[in-house]
Amino acid sequence: MNHLWEEEFSVEALEEKYVSRRQFAKFLVLTSAGMAAGQLWILFRRLFATRLAPGEKIVARADEIPVGGVKLFRYPDPDDPCLLVRLPDGSLVAYDQRCTHLSCAVFFSRESLRIECPCHNGVFSVADGSVIQGPPTRPLPRILLEERNGDIVAIGVDLQTKA
Amino acid sequence: MADQHPTEGDAMKTRRGLTAIDAALALIGVILVLQMALLTSTLDLYLGGHEAAALTGAIASGILFLLNAALTFFIMTVDAGARGI
Repeated sequence: MNHLWEEEFSVEALEEKYVSRRQFAKFLVLTSAGMAAGQLWILFRRLFATRLAPGEKIVARADEIPVGGVKLFRYPDPDDPCLLVRLPDGSLVAYDQRCTHLSCAVFFSRESLRIECPCHNGVFSVADGSVIQGPPTRPLPRILLEERNGDIVAIGVDLQTKA
Repeated sequence: MADQHPTEGDAMKTRRGLTAIDAALALIGVILVLQMALLTSTLDLYLGGHEAAALTGAIASGILFLLNAALTFFIMTVDAGARGI
């Protein structure tokens, strides 16, 4: 009876589990190919992604937001969430709401007067979007604003990194 | 009848082959870690507006991958030689 079993299942269990150096090397080089493919993807995005200049958009009325108040809006595209904040000195600032660490939605904390990320405790300055603490390495992109006839108009995006 | 037991020379050759293979594997691992760091930093730079980093990163990663492929080919060759294939 054992002969039948051995004929049907001819691979020893230990041999099946054993990973040879050759197999391991192949796995590593496959991972390396994956990394290279990731780099190529970034390059293709850079070469072929169409980038339209952000247009202008009215995002709020000037008297709509009280001191310490916040308004969410989308600019330049519907997929780009942004945060508009009225600072204690009365000025308005706006930033991309996506944390520069891993794109979690940041929020404005009225208690600490800072922009905070709940995911990994990243903190940004509300004055200029710079990183105060945490894992983010880049400042929040700033939305450029203009006031026209009582309207707050978004006119562009400043990534705030030296290009 | 020819002696089929492995000689001391064969054992030495196998040991050297294994050492070379292990060294190549370690080097592949190091290069892989370098590639991971390169990918992370390239993406960070690209998202920060430094688009020139995309081309540089792609070229560097390609070179590292070719190095890994060459080391893997070396491993296969040494292994085949040791087995007498």
